[in-house]
Amino acid sequence: MKEERKEKQKEDEILKILEENARTSDNEIARMVGLDEEEVTSIISELEKRGIIMKYKALINYEKAGIETVQALIDVKLSPERGTGYDSVAERISRFSEVRSVRLVSGEHDLLVRVEGATMREVAHFVAEKIAPLEQVRNTVTHFLLRTYKANGEIYKEEEKGKRLAVTL
Amino acid sequence: MKATSIADRVKQIKGSGIREYFDIAERMEDAISLGVGEPDFVTPWSIREACIFSLEKGYTSYTSNWGLLELREMLSDKMYSEDSVYYDPEGEILITTGVSEGFDLALRAIVNPGDEVILHEPCYVSYKPCTQFTGGIPVSIETKVEDEFKLRAERIAERVTEKTKAIVLNYPNNPTGAALSRKDLEEIADVATEHDLLVISDEIYGKLTYEGKHTCFSALNGMKERTLLLNGFSKAYAMTGWRIGYAAGNKNVIEAMMKIHQYIMLCTPITAQMAAMEALRCDDETAKMVGEFNRRRRLMVEGLREIGLSCFEPKGAFYTFPSIASTGLTSAEFAKRLLFEHKVVVIPGSVFGDCGEGFIRCSYAVSQFEIKEALERMARFLESCGVK
Repeated sequence: MKEERKEKQKEDEILKILEENARTSDNEIARMVGLDEEEVTSIISELEKRGIIMKYKALINYEKAGIETVQALIDVKLSPERGTGYDSVAERISRFSEVRSVRLVSGEHDLLVRVEGATMREVAHFVAEKIAPLEQVRNTVTHFLLRTYKANGEIYKEEEKGKRLAVTL
Repeated sequence: MKATSIADRVKQIKGSGIREYFDIAERMEDAISLGVGEPDFVTPWSIREACIFSLEKGYTSYTSNWGLLELREMLSDKMYSEDSVYYDPEGEILITTGVSEGFDLALRAIVNPGDEVILHEPCYVSYKPCTQFTGGIPVSIETKVEDEFKLRAERIAERVTEKTKAIVLNYPNNPTGAALSRKDLEEIADVATEHDLLVISDEIYGKLTYEGKHTCFSALNGMKERTLLLNGFSKAYAMTGWRIGYAAGNKNVIEAMMKIHQYIMLCTPITAQMAAMEALRCDDETAKMVGEFNRRRRLMVEGLREIGLSCFEPKGAFYTFPSIASTGLTSAEFAKRLLFEHKVVVIPGSVFGDCGEGFIRCSYAVSQFEIKEALERMARFLESCGVK
C-alpha cells in the first residue's frame, strides 16, 4: 500500500513537470523526482497507454506568429434527448474539426463550444449551417474573441519584472 | 579630520574583500547568476493586489510600534496551528523590518559589551558584525560537511563560558542548506537550559524544507521562554523587497526590542504589513513554490556531482554548497575565474566564515533552464582546471 502511494506521488510529480514543460527529457525528470531514467520512461509510457497523458502539444501565440485565426465561444441551449441526455448531441458537435472544445456548463445555456476558423464569415457560417440547425439545439449565442489575455494558464503579455540583484548574501 | 572619522565600533568590521567581484558580477551582461539569495518568483499577485487595494483605501499612516494588531493575531494563530506554540499577540510578538532588523534588535536588547554569542559557521554574513556592533564577542563554531554542517550540542558545551549569553541558530541554513532534526535540536535545547542561555533562532527558511517538516525551536518542550524566534515573509512568500518579518519570544525581551524599534524604526511600513496579512491567507502559493524548488534542488545537486564536484545534499533553503577542493583553487579564485571565463556567478564560501573556504554557494532559485546552462558552463570550466 505504501509502495503504491509512493508510486502515485511520483506519477503526479511527473505529470506536473510535463504539464509545465512537455519537452523536459526523461533524464532531467529522473533527477528531479529521484528515479532512474528507465523507470521514468516506463512510467511515462504507462501514463500514455492509460490515456492519462493524451498528447504533447505546443502552446502557440498565433498573434505573434502572424497567423490570423478567428475564434468564437458559442453558448448553445439544448433540449435534452430521452435516454442520452446531452451526450449524443454534444458528441456530435465535438466531431467537427472546426470545433476546438465542447463543455457542458451550468447556467442559462448548456454547452460552451469553442469554434475556430480562418475568417469571421467562415465561423458565422459554420454556426449557422452546422450547429444551429441541429434538432436538439434551441438557440445559440456567438461571442467572437477579440483578444487573449490569458489562456491555458499562461499570461500572454509578458509581465515586466524588476531585476534581481546578481548577488545577495 | 575628526569630523568625518569613523567610530571604532564600525571600523573594526572588516569589508568582505570581494565587494569588487560582486560589483563586476552585477554589471556583467548575459552572466547567469547562481549568486542570488531570493526567490525568482515575483510576489504572488493576490498579495500585490491586496497591497494596491490598501493604498487605494488610504492605508498610508504609521501603525502601532508593535505592528498592526490584526497581523500579530494572525501570526499568533498561525504559529499555534502549525507549531503548537502560543504567543500572545499583545506583548510577545513584534513586527520588524525583516529578520535583519529583528536580529539587530535582539542582540542590542540582550548583549552587554563583552558578552559572548555562539554562532555556527559557515553562516549568514550579518550575524558576526551585528554581534560586534553591540560590543559582544562572536564565538564561532565550525560545522563540517562530514557532519552535514550540523551544529552539535557537545561542541556548544565545549565553548560555553561564564560570559556566554546566547546561541544563534539558523536552520535550514544559508549558505549550506543544512537542517537539524528534532533530536539534534533537543540536544541543543538541553545545553541552553543547563547553561541558562537564550537561543536566537532565525527560521526564515523554515517553510523551505524538503525532507520532513521543519521543527520550530520554541516548540520544543520548555523552550518557548528561552527562544527568540525570528522569521519573515521574504523567502516563503517571495517578498524580499517588502522588508517585513517578526520576532516572537519572552515578554521582557520583546518589550526591550520594541523599546529600540520604536526609536529607530517607529514601525514597519504599513504597506508591507497589509501585504503580509494577505500572504498569511494564501499558503498554497508557498506550497507550489516549494515543489518547484525541490525539483530544482535535485537537478542542481545531481548536476554538480555529475560535473565532478562533491556536493552535500541540502535539506532546506535554496542553496547548494559544493566543495571545490578538487580544483586546488581558493573559493574566491574559483568564483572570479568562473565569472570572467564562463560568465557564471557563484559566491565564494569564504564569505560565510573561514571554514567556508574550499566551498562555493550556488543558489537554485533560478529557472531550470538557467541551472542547466550554468552547469554546462561550469563543466567546461572544471575541464579546463583538469577536474574530470
